[in-house]
Amino acid sequence: MSDALLDLAQVSVRLPPDADRAFAIADVSLRVHPDEIVCVVGESGSGKSMLANAVIRLLPPTVTMTGAVRLGGRDLAQLPEAAMRAIRGAEIGMVFQEPMAALNPIQTIGRQVGEVLRLHAGLSARARRDAMLAALTQVRLRDPLRASRSYPHQLSGGERQRAMIAMALALKPRLLIADEPTTALDVTTQAQILQLIRELQAQNQMGVLFITHDFGVVAEIADRVVVMQNGHLVEEGPVAAVINAPKHPYTQSLIAAVPKLRPAPGVPTQRSDDIILRVAHVTKSYRSAAGILRGKPTPGLDDVSVALMKGASLGIVGESGSGKSTLARCIVRLMQPDAGSMRLHDLEYASLSGRAMRRQIQRIQMVFQDTSGSLNPRKKVGDLVGQGLMVRGTRRHEAWRRAEELLAMVRLDPKAAHRYPHEFSGGQRQRIALARALAVEPEILVADEPVSALDVSVQAQVLALLADLRAKLGLSLIFITHDLRVAANVCDLVAVMQNGKVVESGETARVFANPAHPYTQALLDSIPGRDWNAAPH
Amino acid sequence: MPARPWRRFSGLFSLVVLGAIVLVGLLAPVLYPAGPWPNVGDPLIAPFTSRLVPLGTDTLGRDVAAELVHGARVSLIIGIVATAAALLIGVTIGAIAGYARGWVDDVLMRFTELFQAVPSFILLIVLVVLLGPSIVTIIIGIAVVSWPPVARLVRGEFLSLSNREFVQSCLLIGVSPARIVFLEILPNCAAPIIVTGSIMVASAILLEAGLSFLGLGDPNVISWGAMVATGRPLLRSATWLSVIPGLAILLTVLAINLFGEALTEALGARRRA
Amino acid sequence: MSGRIAFLLRRLGHAVVMVVGIAVLTFFVLHLIPGDLAEYMAAQGGGGDAAYVADLRARFGLDQPLWLQFFTFLSSLIRLDLGYSFRDNLPVIDVIMTRLPATLLLMSISIAFAFIVGALLGAISAMRVHRLTDAIISFLAVLGYATPLFWLGLLMIYLFTVKLGWLPSSGMRTIGRPAAGWDAAADVARHVVMPALTLALFYMAVFVRLMRASMLEIATLDFVRTARAKGMSELRVYFGHIIGNAMLPMVTMLGVQISTILGGSVVVETVFGWPGLGRLTYDALVARDVNLLLGILFLSSVLVIVTNLLVDLLYSMLDPRIEVAGS
Repeated sequence: MSDALLDLAQVSVRLPPDADRAFAIADVSLRVHPDEIVCVVGESGSGKSMLANAVIRLLPPTVTMTGAVRLGGRDLAQLPEAAMRAIRGAEIGMVFQEPMAALNPIQTIGRQVGEVLRLHAGLSARARRDAMLAALTQVRLRDPLRASRSYPHQLSGGERQRAMIAMALALKPRLLIADEPTTALDVTTQAQILQLIRELQAQNQMGVLFITHDFGVVAEIADRVVVMQNGHLVEEGPVAAVINAPKHPYTQSLIAAVPKLRPAPGVPTQRSDDIILRVAHVTKSYRSAAGILRGKPTPGLDDVSVALMKGASLGIVGESGSGKSTLARCIVRLMQPDAGSMRLHDLEYASLSGRAMRRQIQRIQMVFQDTSGSLNPRKKVGDLVGQGLMVRGTRRHEAWRRAEELLAMVRLDPKAAHRYPHEFSGGQRQRIALARALAVEPEILVADEPVSALDVSVQAQVLALLADLRAKLGLSLIFITHDLRVAANVCDLVAVMQNGKVVESGETARVFANPAHPYTQALLDSIPGRDWNAAPH
Repeated sequence: MPARPWRRFSGLFSLVVLGAIVLVGLLAPVLYPAGPWPNVGDPLIAPFTSRLVPLGTDTLGRDVAAELVHGARVSLIIGIVATAAALLIGVTIGAIAGYARGWVDDVLMRFTELFQAVPSFILLIVLVVLLGPSIVTIIIGIAVVSWPPVARLVRGEFLSLSNREFVQSCLLIGVSPARIVFLEILPNCAAPIIVTGSIMVASAILLEAGLSFLGLGDPNVISWGAMVATGRPLLRSATWLSVIPGLAILLTVLAINLFGEALTEALGARRRA
Repeated sequence: MSGRIAFLLRRLGHAVVMVVGIAVLTFFVLHLIPGDLAEYMAAQGGGGDAAYVADLRARFGLDQPLWLQFFTFLSSLIRLDLGYSFRDNLPVIDVIMTRLPATLLLMSISIAFAFIVGALLGAISAMRVHRLTDAIISFLAVLGYATPLFWLGLLMIYLFTVKLGWLPSSGMRTIGRPAAGWDAAADVARHVVMPALTLALFYMAVFVRLMRASMLEIATLDFVRTARAKGMSELRVYFGHIIGNAMLPMVTMLGVQISTILGGSVVVETVFGWPGLGRLTYDALVARDVNLLLGILFLSSVLVIVTNLLVDLLYSMLDPRIEVAGS
């Protein structure tokens, strides 16, 4: 083992007095060697991002750092700012999470990549241009010249992230810090970027410090793993050891919370063969909005048909742009399909309107992804949960009583009814949203990426709650997600969507074990660490 | 503006000044029951020289302090009522446009753009000339030229809020659109509307002052702008006649703006909490 | 380039629709007058005999159905026939056109000054945020925003003409000076300084505050962090990334402010006796010359629409995200 490239010794970052804890990271010591990828894994609040910022010394002015950060012998913590600037970009490259936001929207890619060359290397304009194009070629962009002349909004998410990586590696730094670089990307794009990083690491002989919350990613690319909890380093070691035989209880609980791709059969759900919801040949198209920010055009639906049995759970999986959210919104009639039929039992409701629709609408309810946006911040939880009842004429105190029952059912303290949404965490808000949806006693619950924004341990709790409620209340569930592991554990049936079409559907276990459609196969192949933790021991 | 102590100071300062002005305006008939019109002494007495007329007298021997105090009443009444009317118009149009979207939104926004293309002060002048200058017509005129920014603001808020999941979930549990607009969306944009309203009172006062400076004020009342106009030919010899009422306008508008900023901070902080 | 031309054509079409809308508005305002329009206008003009009133009535087609009146009105507008100003005994369009250049001169100087100095001060304020410089600039901006334009003008006259004797207090030229050449230009320059400064000071406050807020907001965005991670110094981050993005809302505000500044010029030109549209508006309102007033209303709106078109074009060149090609 060669000498450490990066050596953190007792690094702590002290937060200002009004923060919720004293240290963002406390007494962290770790090493990165010149030819390995070290993954720092943890949930939100673990301090992993702060660690990355501490290495490159881009900390907010309100915090103070102690400890030594040695890069090839030099202590970065002691360097004057001018010397540190010379190191940033040249010896340490950094890639961030959301590439659209991390690139200047009014400058071309070529200009931004060339900027790092302009700052550090004393090259002529022509040499700079060649080096810039070489950097873009190195990240396997399909048309580097066109990319260099493009603005960020003209590229796809994957292309933008490749451009960011090109910018970080243009001067062949010895250390690459990647702060959740694939979290905002589709799963197929993520697989490509992970592979790219691995190849470039080997090619350039760099050390990589890779921050992530996803153990699948860790299994996919890490050589060594460091686990963080609340600012402390709780476990570290070679990847195989840590993810297969974790020693620390926190690591164990995190790994246990990761849904397995091929779960055990488990308790058979109360499922009949009666079809409760039949969606047939639904089509929806959009006029493209000529807006200022040309983001992704809203996907349409193209002849989509799915069926849900009473008591079953149907997963709709796909990447962004597949149309799964559009389908969800059509099913609950927040949008109206252009063509096709949707039958709930015998009721054809695709083209019902106005009052008739409002009368029927509570039989299908929805839970959303954004936990802070789905509850009116100015209303108390009790009013929010009981609103569906009050709208139908239930008296307020009666509705509140029911609300407290529902809060208990979702495993929250009934006294929560008196508080406001912002006082709760993301997972708790999601439970409140569930209680609110269940208050009107729907037959079908549509959940649109309900756990995507939650930490993996919280995610496991909410999913367990969902399964419990399904069994207790006989709910039928439609579950939208991009995460195939979650779908494998929650859904009996699955429909895979791509570009507005359903490409494959059937029993989840069968589809995931033997996919018929190439896209499904591609999705499954892209899951990071798919062979690890695939089945229960 | 910088750190918290300044913010608190300016908020307090503006509140005190505003309170004083409002009080003075309310008490005008008590302080100077005969109104600003009567001749109380020699013309053109300089300010701070006589205890009877602390701010001096104008060309007709009228008490400048009396004129100032009664002028405060006029400015405040016009400012507040005109703003209330403009808010009513603007919030209604903006809410309808932002909630209904589609062609309704397009039509209403073109209409709003139209009003914003016409220079407000010139339209105001034309309206007041055509309808004849009086407090009522001035209020109507100011309301008519001031509503567009409110409409744009409210439309923007409604557009973004009606897309938020909490509104969509209300639709799902069967809340009627009317209740959604008034009980869900509107309370959540109350803060920017209030702040805009407070700043609009300041603009309304400036508009009215401009009108009365140009001679289009209500001929039956004395207002600060008219006082500056009267003092203009005597700029060299009786400078105070122009300076004092202008200073009053400046102070009032400044206090309102600072108050608006302090309000923004306070309401913004609560929203975030 | 064809994409840009398509964009221009679309905006041009939009502008034409707006102008028609202004015409409708003007027509509507015209008919707000209580009572008989012809008699009102004759009375305002200082009285007229029955023949004059009948002539006015015929001219405006007041005995015809409303839609026909509007049509006649519209066709006159297209021919730029805005009626007759009985105050000046000239066609309205002629009166306005003689005054337009002076206002354009005053406005362009004011806007340029307000924008440039405003952006500068706002940027300095943002770069020194929460420190003394910022406090002073921000306070001056709040103060500037609260100052009545006419009062500010009078104060400037008092200071620079009465007390210091540096600058002339009214008009555009000194009587008796040559009408062309460098001497004339210098003369006009001396006359334009105070009105331009007065007009600019108020609107500069708006730009200062906007630039400051804009820069502070942009400084929190992710791409600024990326720039720092590349090893850029703070100053280079400001000039290379922040200021560019912060200028975009400033350009948008420029479009909005043109309409407001035109309104402000009425008072400023009146105070300084500047022979432009604003002063003309004052003269027209004193004389209750309805034709002239409406003509000014219409043409100043058209001026705003045209300048907004130019500002939109400028913005589309600065922000690559604007959809220029196709719809």
